[in-house]
This record gives sequence, C-alpha cells and structure tokens, in this order.
Amino acid sequence: MRMLWLLASRDLGTAWRSSGLWLPVAFLLLVASLYPFAVGPDLGLLRRTGGGMVWIAALLASLLPVDRLIAPDRDAGVLDQMALRGIGDEMVVLARLIAHWLGFGPPLMIATLPAAALLKLDGGTIWMLEAGLLIGTPALAALGLLVATLTAGLRSSGALAGLLALPLAVPLLIFGAGTLGDGSGAALKFLAAASLLLVAITPFAGGAAIRAGRE
Amino acid sequence: MSRAALALSDVACLRGGRILFRGVNLTLDAGASALLTGPNGVGKSSLLRLCAGLLPAFSGTMERHGAVALADERLALDSELPLARALHFWARLDGSAENAVAAALEAMALTRLSDVPVRMLSTGQRKRAMLARVIASGAPIWLLDEPGNGLDSASLGLLGSAVSAHLAGGGIVVTASHQPLPLGAPVVLSLADHLPDPAEWDA
Repeated sequence: MRMLWLLASRDLGTAWRSSGLWLPVAFLLLVASLYPFAVGPDLGLLRRTGGGMVWIAALLASLLPVDRLIAPDRDAGVLDQMALRGIGDEMVVLARLIAHWLGFGPPLMIATLPAAALLKLDGGTIWMLEAGLLIGTPALAALGLLVATLTAGLRSSGALAGLLALPLAVPLLIFGAGTLGDGSGAALKFLAAASLLLVAITPFAGGAAIRAGRE
Repeated sequence: MSRAALALSDVACLRGGRILFRGVNLTLDAGASALLTGPNGVGKSSLLRLCAGLLPAFSGTMERHGAVALADERLALDSELPLARALHFWARLDGSAENAVAAALEAMALTRLSDVPVRMLSTGQRKRAMLARVIASGAPIWLLDEPGNGLDSASLGLLGSAVSAHLAGGGIVVTASHQPLPLGAPVVLSLADHLPDPAEWDA
C-alpha cells in the first residue's frame, strides 16, 4: 500500500511538473467556447446538444496525455528499474491509473462547470453530466493508459493511440451522453458497468503489455 | 542480510531470433566481482539484463540471492527534479536508510549538485548520478554496464573506491567494460569465447 502511494504520488508529481494537468482542462474549455460560435447562439439548440458536446470533448481530452503516460518512463529505464525491485508491472500500471485519474477526472469535472455555463446547460443536465463524468472518467483514464502501454515502444505512438482508443471508447460515449436524455438511470448503470470493466482489466492488460515490450 | 550470491550455469541468450552466446558459466560469492569483455554486440549488456532478471535465459539457469542494482545506459531519474530528490524516490522505494542518498552523493562527489535539476547535468555527472543511484539502493549485487564511460580520471578513482568498499562489505559486482577499470581482481569472462556455432544462429 505504501509502495502504491509512493508510485502514484511520483506519477502525479511528474504530470504536474510537465503541466499535463492543464491540457485536458484547457481543451474542454476551448471546445465549449468554440461550439456556440460554430452552431450559433440558439439557446434551445445549445441546451439540447451541449451535454453531448462536453462528452465528446472529455473523450478527446483523455487522449491528449496518452503519449506521456508510459513511453518516457519506458525510454528512461524507469520501468525496468521498478521491475528490478520486484515491483509487479500490474502494480506500476495500477498506481499510474490512480495518478492519471486524479490528474484528469476531477479537473475535468470542475472545468465542466464553466463549460456548462458557456453552453447554457440547465441545472438538471449539469448534475447528470457531473455524475456521468464521475463514473465515466475512470474508464476514460483506464482506456488511455491501456492504449499507452500497448503503443509505448512504437513510433508515432500518439496517432496510433488515438486510432486504437476511439473505437473502444464508443460505448462510453453512447452511455455517457445517453445519461443526459434518459430518465430511467439505465444508461448510468451501463456506464458504470463499462467503467468497472475497464478499470478492472487495465492493470493486468497494461502490465502484460509492458512485460511483452521488455527486451 | 543473507549472503549474496549469483550463479549462471550453461546460460544461452536468444535475442531477435539469434543466439548471442551460449554455455556461459559464472559463480560469484559475496565479495567477488566479474568483468565481462568482448567486442561490441557480443551480448555483454544482454548478459547483465539476464542477471538482473529482465531478460529470460534461452537455456540454462540463473540463480540469485539478494537484490540487484543495475546501471545501464539509461539514467532512470526524473529529469525535472533536483538530483537529490530524484535519488530519494528510488531510495524510498528501496527502503534505504535516511542518509543513504547523502552518503551516495558524497561518494560520487555530487553533494554540491544536490539541488541542480537532473536535466542540467553533464554526461559525466549523469554517469556519476547513476552510480549514486546504485550505491544508495543498498542492493548487494551491482550490475554496471560501461560504468567508466564519460568519467574523468578523478571520477574513475571514485568509482574504483566505491566498488572496493562494496566488495569489502560482502557485495557482488558484475561489470561490462572496454576500458581498464580499478576493480580489484575480477573474474574475467570473455563472451567472445562463447559464440554459438554458425549453424546454430537460426535456432
């Protein structure tokens, strides 16, 4: 447990120093402020489509830091040094998942508030949006990390990561945006199920990918 | 700490579909050191990674008692952090003593650079920082890949005394190097003597 904390706090510190924490936030706000310019200031239209727009922005924002999650540490020998110390690759990925979510989920949820104001969303929608992001951002973080472990050794891994992650993220987008127009709460449950699944498999799949890439 | 030991028996290494070397035997007990020699590409670094457990042996067995510290061509220190803090991260993971990092910095004459970000260090200073990381780990088995590269003669002296102090304390040192290093009296293992027969290359 102490080791998990040590690893996660180092990863969070690395993300903070590389100012990677601001990137998704800035991206979300940028999209939210550009969207009304593109579709026009029609209040009803913005209110109907704005929530979905936030979900798309959140999904794309989760892909921004992907090339910095694993590849630099792999190239610097940090992952090998951790393996030498008997730290399992699964543990390394789990710690990174925690750190990545902490640096990505809560800032995005906070940035959603000004974004919602820009898109003229009403109170109910904002609540659903925040609840959906709370449940959905761990899945987005896990997906980004998983793709980062898979593409770490490859050239132009950033572009490839996007191509790999987007099809897998479609269910998250459907359920996530689905929560906004859905009174029954079923979409939220599906989103939670998808999120649980991704968070549960990522440490193992990511650990296996790192091990397979070791040479 | 139980006695450190490292034993390779009849080890072969396969990389990229080719056998690099085979039939390597090496037994090191506490206080012993080995020097790996051979031309470029003969598999010295691979043998070190094999000893570290990062690379599986294609055949044969590797047995190790005690933790390892590896210094290869990669620094593995956070480049934005001050040197001392970057070293502290690993020392905390290793559970080293509180003053282990300070002692290691002292041993490599880096104390003055404790607050300098790792990315600002010169080639030789980076190499010394890497050696400081190895020293601070407290691991009984050191695997050093070309530790003398980029070091001036004063730093080579520091390396030599760090290695002899480690050996005197019951440690094990395996070094791959081209240049002569002040390493005491190591077992010399020439990997050029363990090349596979050409017929075996496509194994």
